[in-house]
Amino acid sequence: MIINSRFFNRSELMGFIALAAVLFVILPLTLDVFRLNLVAKYLTYAFVAIGLVLCWGYGGILSLGQGVFFGLGGYCMAMFLKLEASSVENTKIQSTPGIPDFMDWNQITALPFFWQPFHSLTFTILAIILVPGLFALIIGTAMFKRRVGGTYFAIITQAVAAILTILIVGQQGYTGGINGMTDLRTLKGWDIRPDHAKIILYFVEVVLLFACIGIAQFIRLTKLGRILVAMREQEDRVRFSGYSVANFKIFAFCMAAIFAAIGGAMFALNVGFMSPSFVGIVPSIEMVIYTAVGGRMSIFGAIWGAILVNFAKTSLSESFPQLWLFGLGALFIAVVLAFPNGLSGLWADYVQPRIDRLFASRKAKADWADNSVADGAPAE
Amino acid sequence: MSDEANKGLLSPLRRKLLMGMAAVPAITMLPRASFAQAPATSAVNTTGLAVTDTEVTVGILHSATGTMAISETGSIQAEKLAIEQINAAGGVLGRKIKFIQEDGASDWPTFAEKAKKLLVNDKVAAIMGCWTSASRKAVLPVVEQYNGMLYYPTFYEGLEQSKNVIYTGQEATQQILAGLNWIAKEKGAKSFFFIGSDYIWPRTSNKIARKHVENVLKGKVVGEEYYALGSTQFNSVINKIKLTKPDVIFTDVVGGSNVAFYKQLKAAGVDLAKQPLLTISVTEDEIDGIGGENIAGAYACMKYFQSLDNANNKAFASAFKKMWGEKTVIGDVTQAAYLGPWLWKLTVEKAGSFDVDKIAAASPGVEFKGAPEGYVRIHENHHLWSKTRVGRAKLDGQFELIYETADLVEPDPFPKGYQ
Repeated sequence: MIINSRFFNRSELMGFIALAAVLFVILPLTLDVFRLNLVAKYLTYAFVAIGLVLCWGYGGILSLGQGVFFGLGGYCMAMFLKLEASSVENTKIQSTPGIPDFMDWNQITALPFFWQPFHSLTFTILAIILVPGLFALIIGTAMFKRRVGGTYFAIITQAVAAILTILIVGQQGYTGGINGMTDLRTLKGWDIRPDHAKIILYFVEVVLLFACIGIAQFIRLTKLGRILVAMREQEDRVRFSGYSVANFKIFAFCMAAIFAAIGGAMFALNVGFMSPSFVGIVPSIEMVIYTAVGGRMSIFGAIWGAILVNFAKTSLSESFPQLWLFGLGALFIAVVLAFPNGLSGLWADYVQPRIDRLFASRKAKADWADNSVADGAPAE
Repeated sequence: MSDEANKGLLSPLRRKLLMGMAAVPAITMLPRASFAQAPATSAVNTTGLAVTDTEVTVGILHSATGTMAISETGSIQAEKLAIEQINAAGGVLGRKIKFIQEDGASDWPTFAEKAKKLLVNDKVAAIMGCWTSASRKAVLPVVEQYNGMLYYPTFYEGLEQSKNVIYTGQEATQQILAGLNWIAKEKGAKSFFFIGSDYIWPRTSNKIARKHVENVLKGKVVGEEYYALGSTQFNSVINKIKLTKPDVIFTDVVGGSNVAFYKQLKAAGVDLAKQPLLTISVTEDEIDGIGGENIAGAYACMKYFQSLDNANNKAFASAFKKMWGEKTVIGDVTQAAYLGPWLWKLTVEKAGSFDVDKIAAASPGVEFKGAPEGYVRIHENHHLWSKTRVGRAKLDGQFELIYETADLVEPDPFPKGYQ
């Protein structure tokens, strides 16, 4: 408790407990496996949202290309799963058995060299972290060392997202093209498709999510986090104080990329699917939108934003197949116009003060009670 | 008086008695008749599908929004029409069909999610849906895992066969080979130029076409070019066409790109009346966007044209227009989508059950004589026997039937010698 209360302030602690209660207890008890699996899908976007809070909310670096990293992580995972699903027995029907089906359709007769290492799970897990991390490092170094920032940086990340999509779609023999990688089945022989596997994957994901929350919160509380905020507010002053602004920006961007990649990998596992439609400009902008809806200054707000926006997407499209996109659009406009700090801003402005008042009055009462009991026997 | 009173008491009794007697045969008839029409739910549904004594639920899963909506709307309309007609004719095994429509939103993972929702949550007895190969590839693992039944309407690249899918469109060899034979014979064509959108269907189709041109027709492919989906710049390939002067331009460009392609072709002075062009991707729906004046004279290779002259098609076209408006056009895929609910109904009645396993087993041999394209039958490989037809585009956006195969063409999703 003591560590926690230092690690989180009171409202954050409440947010932490509420989120943990909902994700660990309430949802698994109330939802059937199908809906729980949908929540698992929404949560993969929550990883991206945590990264964006760090990089955009605190660091002030708006990236419109988080889909790139989500996609890289997802594709690394999907490549491993696809190779396992493409065993010689499973692919007897092909001209070249033992390679993924889409390669066979594209007249590729041998597994390309860069697919080879993905036979190993250890390599795959390292690649999920390192490939997007290194890619972000390269982009970040190229941009921030030249002091490219703000809008230009956002545009460039968007261009990268477009380029990667074109690359994936164009090289369909190696990547599955616009179809993506489908029909992912087992992880080291463990079938990821049945219900019990979905439940286990859900809990694994939630634990990972809390680990990421912990890391993000840790970064936020260190001196590093303060420098990030200072940079966002007055970049030049930080630079004149002798800090290397570029390095801090690169670090924040890389962390955001790694979080997004973990989300992408969990997506491939939970949904059994990876396709270029999660890599391009549109999903990248969506990621920024639900971070904004949830509140870009708050880790928990952004997570709720990711969950609620995606939940709204599912339920609106189920109820109004023809009209749901308009409803969703209206929701975004309303939230951004009316509550620029998102849902967490709403919470902080309207709900939090009441709770504080409640606590304050209770504390006052307790103080009064303490004083009135002369011998100091603590109540409760 | 007493007589009168007795009469007064008796007459209603007698009337009741008479009515009762009159009703006796009817009462004995009723349950028998309804049993014959509607067998007990427990007998026809042993796997917990959404079947009640009066209703059976199926799913419709297409893109109502996004880039594919323009193509998939026709399929949704055709499926709704078929369901309405089946219900008007008494339903399936005495049960009315109720449908749940989900939006795939032109997004393949959404298709997978919604397919799962339909199967797991709604327990639908069958899904009529998907359009692009990508959406089918996304949905396929889901229907196989949860043992659903998918009726898939689009002509596609083949190389696939599943117990859980009935392919009501043509696979690549059914669509392409007869058309190439015809144009080689009719126009003496020896050299071909291939242009396609860059994804699995055009690439596989062109692979099959190339093998056929080179090995069977002893012709030559003088160029093969691909453009990203949605691409609108075709000037460089049009220049190449003008340089190489192929006997036939063979295209499988899809979606909105078609509009740009045919307009630029016309603007570059390529006259389709003199330069034969064979497309396997333009139906009446696409001409709506391209404009008849830009494509008139081109040949399309399909299994159905709205202008087909037979009684089935006339009835279908007028019912379709009555339901969805005079101005709607009916393309090849729309017709194939219309076959889905009908084939499912006929198969259910043949199997005497809604169970997916029994339907999958009963499907081969099911024939639909009321098909607008004439007559279709399901093959052992779950594709349809159907004719290949070549039509020439006219100014009014319709096709004029030029050629059709004499017999039904056997579906061959894994063609030997073409892989």
